[in-house]
Amino acid sequence: MELDSVMLSRMLTTMTLMFHIIFATIGVGVPIMIAIAEFIGIKKNDPYYLLLARRWARGFTITVAVGVVTGTAIGLQLSLLWPSFMEVAGQVIALPLFMETFAFFFEAIFLGIYLYTWDRFKGKWTHWLLTIPVMIGSSASALFITTVNAFMNTPQGFDLKNGEMINIEPIAAMFNPATPSKVMHVVMTSYMTSAAILAAIAAFAILKGRKGAYERKALRLTVTCTLIFSIIVSVTGDVSAKFLAEVQPEKLAAAEWHFETEKEADLIFFGTLNENGEIENEIRIPKFLSFLAGNSFDTEVIGLEEFPEDERPPLWIHYMFDIMVSIGMFVLAVSALYVIAGRVKKWNELNKPLLWAIVASGPLSMVAIEAGWILAEVGRQPWILRGYLKVAEAATTSNSVGLTFVMFALLYLVLGVMTVVVLIKMFKNSPAEAELEKRFPNRG
Amino acid sequence: MNLELLGITVLWTFLYGYLIVASIDFGAGFFAYYARLKKKDHIINDLISRYLSPVWEVTNVFFVFFFVGIVGFFPATAYYYGTALLIPGSVAIILIAIRGSFYAFNNYGSRDSTFYLFLYGATGLLIPASLSTALTISEGGFLSVTDVEVTFLAKELFTSPFSWSVVFLSIVSVLFISATFLTYYADRADDRQARRTLRQFALFWTTPTIVASLLVFMSLQMHNPVHYDKAVTEYWWMFGLSLLCFSVASWFIYIGKRYGTAFIMVMLQFFFAFFGYGASHLPYILYPYITLHENVTNEAMATALVTVFILGLLLLIPSLILLMKLFLFDADYVKGKKK
Repeated sequence: MELDSVMLSRMLTTMTLMFHIIFATIGVGVPIMIAIAEFIGIKKNDPYYLLLARRWARGFTITVAVGVVTGTAIGLQLSLLWPSFMEVAGQVIALPLFMETFAFFFEAIFLGIYLYTWDRFKGKWTHWLLTIPVMIGSSASALFITTVNAFMNTPQGFDLKNGEMINIEPIAAMFNPATPSKVMHVVMTSYMTSAAILAAIAAFAILKGRKGAYERKALRLTVTCTLIFSIIVSVTGDVSAKFLAEVQPEKLAAAEWHFETEKEADLIFFGTLNENGEIENEIRIPKFLSFLAGNSFDTEVIGLEEFPEDERPPLWIHYMFDIMVSIGMFVLAVSALYVIAGRVKKWNELNKPLLWAIVASGPLSMVAIEAGWILAEVGRQPWILRGYLKVAEAATTSNSVGLTFVMFALLYLVLGVMTVVVLIKMFKNSPAEAELEKRFPNRG
Repeated sequence: MNLELLGITVLWTFLYGYLIVASIDFGAGFFAYYARLKKKDHIINDLISRYLSPVWEVTNVFFVFFFVGIVGFFPATAYYYGTALLIPGSVAIILIAIRGSFYAFNNYGSRDSTFYLFLYGATGLLIPASLSTALTISEGGFLSVTDVEVTFLAKELFTSPFSWSVVFLSIVSVLFISATFLTYYADRADDRQARRTLRQFALFWTTPTIVASLLVFMSLQMHNPVHYDKAVTEYWWMFGLSLLCFSVASWFIYIGKRYGTAFIMVMLQFFFAFFGYGASHLPYILYPYITLHENVTNEAMATALVTVFILGLLLLIPSLILLMKLFLFDADYVKGKKK
């Protein structure tokens, strides 16, 4: 591997995005959870849920701040590191990028209002209504920015003539074939991951001996939400796989180590490749890849051999696929088990192994998000604009990328550590029970 | 008005918006830190955070809005500026990142860390300096362009009197705008002690503001005579109006009356200067490589962007008014009686 400016630009972009999506995911999902908790709190007149919304919102401000600044970073880095790409593709993708900032603007305004008007309005519902623009803003910015990424996977809405883009249709570019499956999967996995992280916090508190009504209610709400969202996620994941099989078969083929085009293709789970490129140690589920690709066992699945060697994505993305899918199934199973255990009288849903599994689900979901994005992004290598522009032709020619990489690495290290420290400190210094007494002294 | 002129006007307006709201924020950080050093923070820091907490995130968006917009409207800017600004741009991003996150750490997390406040105050002065690089580069002379690549001439930039006078002006303006706004805010809050301190800051920064403006003019004449000539022959009246507004504002602050009007005058002062500067810079966006008419995006995209602009503003303006109503014009909130 040569550390030229192309490689360094890729590394820096990867690092920024991997750091940003942690906060972006939370930024999209947590407002939904806050809105649900406040809604239940008002509806049932239950101070526990109101406190839950408040405390989540307070922690959320910290993650939003880091999300905003790293989002600004990636926004500028697009032009700084990929000037040629932005000059060409900017003609087509400016619209969704721009709409994303509008959505972000909208969210920023109402989040500011929401956080500082808890006791401002007479009617409780007035304050709750503020969550609506926040939710719309955060999910809409995920939507718009994902259309840009979808465009890079399945470009359309223009013609290329002598290196220039002509006949541009901005709307067609936005609603390209990859948009629906991608947007759904991105938004839903964000909801699921945020719910799972909040569930992990509640489960951890209970394991640490804080077993009050506050923690129990928090756990029940968050795990139930995790279950609902993870069911939807498995559906959107399935839709995405079928989409890949049809439109971007080289990505699915590389992810599944599916080399020869065939019907009744097997699904490969885990495994390794030996030096001859043969698959070993795998779990093979017969004919299931065909089913995944087209809902019937004799669907023909295109293999990697159909593509020229210099247009194939690297084969290690298979592991990303495995990580993503197995975590998704794990979280689904754990949250389902908890919900069932809560219904069956003889079972105790607060048993230790189950609680630890819930604790694990939170960070694991974030790992799955990262793995999924790596799969999606590396899966379209060597293209930056699939079929049109290769990554190597789009990077900056500057020779200062190395220095920039080091500066940003330090920045993310400091921000990452500080975020964790500040968040822990914030809640350690103000336990829920004490805050409940202070804020709602007259509860039943 | 054609699409590209409309586009650049709207973008310039957003940059102006950023100039005002970010200046208030940047200057406030500096004053808060200064007050802490002088052990006067109990006087003004609550006031500052009461204003900043709900709005700081919005400030950031004005900036994002501008750079996403300009790349969208004029994709060539991505190529030239992108290549040239890798280092200065990255430095600005890092400073903005430190500032934004440490603001949140300080205000929502562990309160009252002098170190956080230092980072917040210091970055507030460095960010305008690093961002002003982009404006300086737009005057030409700091890039070497060949068929295959664009190179940024860092040495030329660091030794140019013009670039230093722009840096000086940006920092001084930040402090002046911020001090006048905060004086007004303290006045609204009926907080006499804070008002007295902030009024002194505002008066102090009047002289450097005018000196810096003159310096920029003089060095621009040496650096880019084409631009300078256009500014003094076609748009002299805008700079004249700017000076007039500045005088009125300083007068009101000096006699200690009508701080609201004074702040509006400061806004107008910068409005005329900023738009006079921008208008006289046209048709160049980056002298002499990028012009307004030749480098605009395709028509379909330009139309789509303008449409979204208008729809977006219909959404944003009422929201911003609501935000201001709740945190700027609500007397009880400003006084700290409402949370």
